[in-house]
Amino acid sequence: MSNASIALNRFGYGLRRGERGPDDPVRDLLDQFDRYDPRPAALDGREDTSHKAGEFIRTIREQRRKRQDYLRSGSPDSEGPTMGSATPDSAMRDTTQREELPPELRRALVSGRGAFREDVALRTRIAVNSDAPMIERLVHFWSNHFSVSIGKVGTMHQVGNHEFTAIRPHVLGTFGDMLKAATLHPAMLLYLDQFRSTGPNSQFIRRRRNSARGPRGLNENLAREILELHTIGVDGGYSQSDVTEFARALTGWTIAGLPMTERFSDPQPGGAVFIRVAHEPGLRTIMGRSYRDNGPQQAMAILDDLAAHPSTARFIAKKLARHFAGDEPPQSLVANLERDFLRSGGDLASLTRTLIEAPEVWNAEPAKFRQPFEWLVSVMRFAGIDNLGSRRIVGALNEIGQVPWRAPSPAGYDDLSGSWAGPDALFRRVELAERIARNVPSDDILNRAETAFPGSLSDNTRTWLSRAESNAQALGLLLVAPEMMRR
Amino acid sequence: MTPNAFDRRTMLTGSLALGATGLAMPQIAFAKSAGSKNLLLVVLRGAADGLAMLAPLGDPDFARTRSAALADYETARRADSFFSIHPAFEQVGIAYAEGDALFVHAASTAYRERSHFDGQNMLETGGSTPYAKRDGWLNRLVGAMPATKSGVPPKALAIAPTVPLALRGDAPASSYAPSALPQASDDFLDRVSRLYAADEQLGGLWMKALETQEMAADDGLRNLRDAKAVGELAASLMRESNGARIGMVELGGWDTHAGQRNAFNRQARQLDTLLGAYRSAMGSAWSSTLVLVATEFGRTVRFNGTGGTDHGTAGAAIVMGGAIRGGRVIADWPGLGDGDLHEGRDLRPTTALESVLAGATAEHFGLDPAELMASLFPGRSSTPLTGFARG
Repeated sequence: MSNASIALNRFGYGLRRGERGPDDPVRDLLDQFDRYDPRPAALDGREDTSHKAGEFIRTIREQRRKRQDYLRSGSPDSEGPTMGSATPDSAMRDTTQREELPPELRRALVSGRGAFREDVALRTRIAVNSDAPMIERLVHFWSNHFSVSIGKVGTMHQVGNHEFTAIRPHVLGTFGDMLKAATLHPAMLLYLDQFRSTGPNSQFIRRRRNSARGPRGLNENLAREILELHTIGVDGGYSQSDVTEFARALTGWTIAGLPMTERFSDPQPGGAVFIRVAHEPGLRTIMGRSYRDNGPQQAMAILDDLAAHPSTARFIAKKLARHFAGDEPPQSLVANLERDFLRSGGDLASLTRTLIEAPEVWNAEPAKFRQPFEWLVSVMRFAGIDNLGSRRIVGALNEIGQVPWRAPSPAGYDDLSGSWAGPDALFRRVELAERIARNVPSDDILNRAETAFPGSLSDNTRTWLSRAESNAQALGLLLVAPEMMRR
Repeated sequence: MTPNAFDRRTMLTGSLALGATGLAMPQIAFAKSAGSKNLLLVVLRGAADGLAMLAPLGDPDFARTRSAALADYETARRADSFFSIHPAFEQVGIAYAEGDALFVHAASTAYRERSHFDGQNMLETGGSTPYAKRDGWLNRLVGAMPATKSGVPPKALAIAPTVPLALRGDAPASSYAPSALPQASDDFLDRVSRLYAADEQLGGLWMKALETQEMAADDGLRNLRDAKAVGELAASLMRESNGARIGMVELGGWDTHAGQRNAFNRQARQLDTLLGAYRSAMGSAWSSTLVLVATEFGRTVRFNGTGGTDHGTAGAAIVMGGAIRGGRVIADWPGLGDGDLHEGRDLRPTTALESVLAGATAEHFGLDPAELMASLFPGRSSTPLTGFARG
C-alpha cells in the first residue's frame, strides 16, 4: 500500500466518490482534527434523550402491561415479558404475537426499534459523508471501547445517544472526560445494571428492608467492567474486593425518572442522576487508595484516578495500536503510545497525533481485515451511496454480521482478523456487493479504483476488473477485491 | 433432605471410571479411524447458572440459599434422589430418561477469576491461562483426528456468522449462518473465484464458503434466532457421510445478573429446543454422535440484590449422545454450606471441565485420552475422565 492509500484506507473509511486522494497523507490526517464536527448537522433532528431514560422505561412498562392485559383476555397461556432481563434481543422477542395487537399497541411496541434503527442509519450516514473519516473511525473505536448494547429495557433509545453525546465530543479531548461521560451515561447505567444497584447500608435499603417490593442491593457489573474493559485491564492489578468497593462507591448513580426516586434525584451532567439515599455511605478503598464519601464525587474521583493509572495507559496503547497497526502491533509503537498517554495526561488529540506520526503504522503490507461496518461504509463511500434507507442500512449490517451497539458482550466487537475473516462472512459480502453494484451508477470503475487505492491496485485485481462483462460486474468485483477487504 | 446427602462424595466417585483407571485397562484399543463419528460442541456464553440447570434439592443449603427459586422445581424431573433438572429442559430430560444424556456438576475449567472474556478464552483455547494460546481446542482436535478415506481432514463447521475462537487455528474450519440476502449469480461467484485464486487467505475462505453453500442448499432458514431451526440445520450439515464431523453452536444470554428466574427459563428453553431438534434430526447418525454443552464458569450461589446471580466459579455441563451411558449425574458434590463455598460465594469446583471435554471426546473418537488431554488442554494436572460411553 502507498502512503496515500494507507491514509485513506488504513486510517480512514476509504475515498468518497468524486474526490481525489491526499497529496500529503500525514498532513491530510492532521488536518482532519480541524475538519471534524462533533455535532454534525445530521444530528440536528436527533433529540438528546439522556434525561428521559426513566420516562421511556415507564412508558415501555405501561405498554407491556396493556399488551399483557390484552393478550391475557384473548390467550390465557401467553407469557409475560420480564423486566431488566439479561437476555440479548429479548426486547425484540417480545414482539411475538404482535400481529394480534390493536394498531396503537403495535405502534408503541416497535417505537424503540425504530429509534434504534434511525440511530444506526444516522451513524452510518455521518461516516459515509464525513470529511474527517479518520476521526469518525476514532469515534467508532472509542464507542466500541465503551461498548453499550441493546437487549435490556430502555436501551434501544439510549445506545445511539451514548455515542452521539458521550463519545463524539471527547474523541479529541481527554480520556478521563470520555471515561466519566461514557460511564455515567444512562445507556451504560442501564446496560451494565448500575441503575438498580443500591448500597446495602443506604437509607433506601434500611427503610425498605421489610417492604414487599422485590430485593434490591449491590450489583457489581459496571464496576467490574470499568476495571477490566474500560481502564486498567484484566491484569491491571485489581482484586475482587476492589471491584466490590468500587461498586459501593458507584451506588446512587442511576437514571432520571424512575418511579419512587424522583423526589430524591440530584440531576448530574449527561442526563444521569445521583440519589443520595441509595448511595452506600462511607470511605472506600480501591487498590490501596482511600476515597472519602462526598456523594457523587466519590465515584468521579475513582474514575479520575483510573483514567490516569499506568495500567490504563498500557491497556489503551495496545488496543489503539492493534486497531491500526495489526493484530500483533509492534511493541515499539505500543510503548510510544503508552508514553504519550502518560505524559499528556490522556490527551487523545496528542495520542492520535503520535499514532499518525508513528512509522510502524505506515507499513506497506495491509495490517487488518476490514470489519463489516468498516467495509460497508467504505463500499458506500466508493459507490457514492448517500440516500440508502434506514431499514436497508440496518438490514445490510445485520446480514454481514455487525450492527453497531449490538455487540454480544461488554467487551464490544472483537478487533482480531480471525473474528471477521470467515468463509460465510465473506460469502455474505459477495452477495451484498453484487446487489449493490446492480443498483448504483458504475461507470469508469477501473480509473476510480486506481484513485481510491492510489498506487496500490494489484495487477490481479486490475486484470479481473477489466475482464468483467459489464460496469456493474466490475464494480461488484472491486467491492470484494482484496484491496477493499483489507486495510 | 435425603438421607444420602452426606454420602454423595463417596457414592459418585464410585460410579465413574476415573481416567487413571481407564488408562490402566489394557484391553482398550484406540482405533485409527474416526469413521463417521460426530461431535457437536454447544458453548453457552455469559456463564450459565449450573445450580439452576441442575438443582441439588438434596442439599439442605439449596433451599436456604435459593429459596426464591424453589418453586421452579416443584414439578421438575428428578435426575436422581439428589438433583432435579430445571423444568425448561423437557427434551434433555427425555434424553436423560432414555439414557442418552448425563450431567456433570460442580465442574469448571482451570480459570478462577470472574471475567466472561477471559473465562471464554480459556474454555475455547484450552490454554492454562487466558490468552496463552491463540488457537482453539476444537481446532486442535480436528488436527488430531485422522484424515478421512479420501485423505482430507475431517470437516469442521460452526453454525455462526464467523468462526468462533474454539474452532480457529491451523486446521481447516468454517462457519455458516443462513443469509437473507439475494443469492449472487453463478457467473459472479465464478468470477470471484478467479479474482481470489491468487490470494491465499481469501482464496481459502472462499473455497470453504462454496462447499458449505452446497451442503446447506435450501435450508429455508432466515436467521439463527429460531432454536429449533438451528438444531435442524446443524444436523443437516453433520448427518451425511460427507458432512461436517465437528460442529459448534453458540448460545448467548446466560449472564443473568438480574431477574434470573425468567431469563434462565427462557434461555434454557431455547437450549432444550435446539438440542431436542438436533437429536431428532440426526436420525440414525445420533447413535454415533456426541454432544458437549459447556459454559465459561458458574454463578454465585446466593441471589444478588436484583434477583440475579453474579459471576461465580463451578457450574454444570451436559453430555449427550446415542452412544453414551446417560441417565446419571457425575459430581463430587462440594456442598452449599457457607464454609463449603469457593471464596465464600461460589460453588466450589471439584471436577475439571477439561477432563470431561477431553475424556469424552477421546473415548468417542477412539483417541488416546492422555495424549488428547495434553494437546487440547496442556498444562493441566487433572487426568481425563472416561467411562462416558456405553460399553
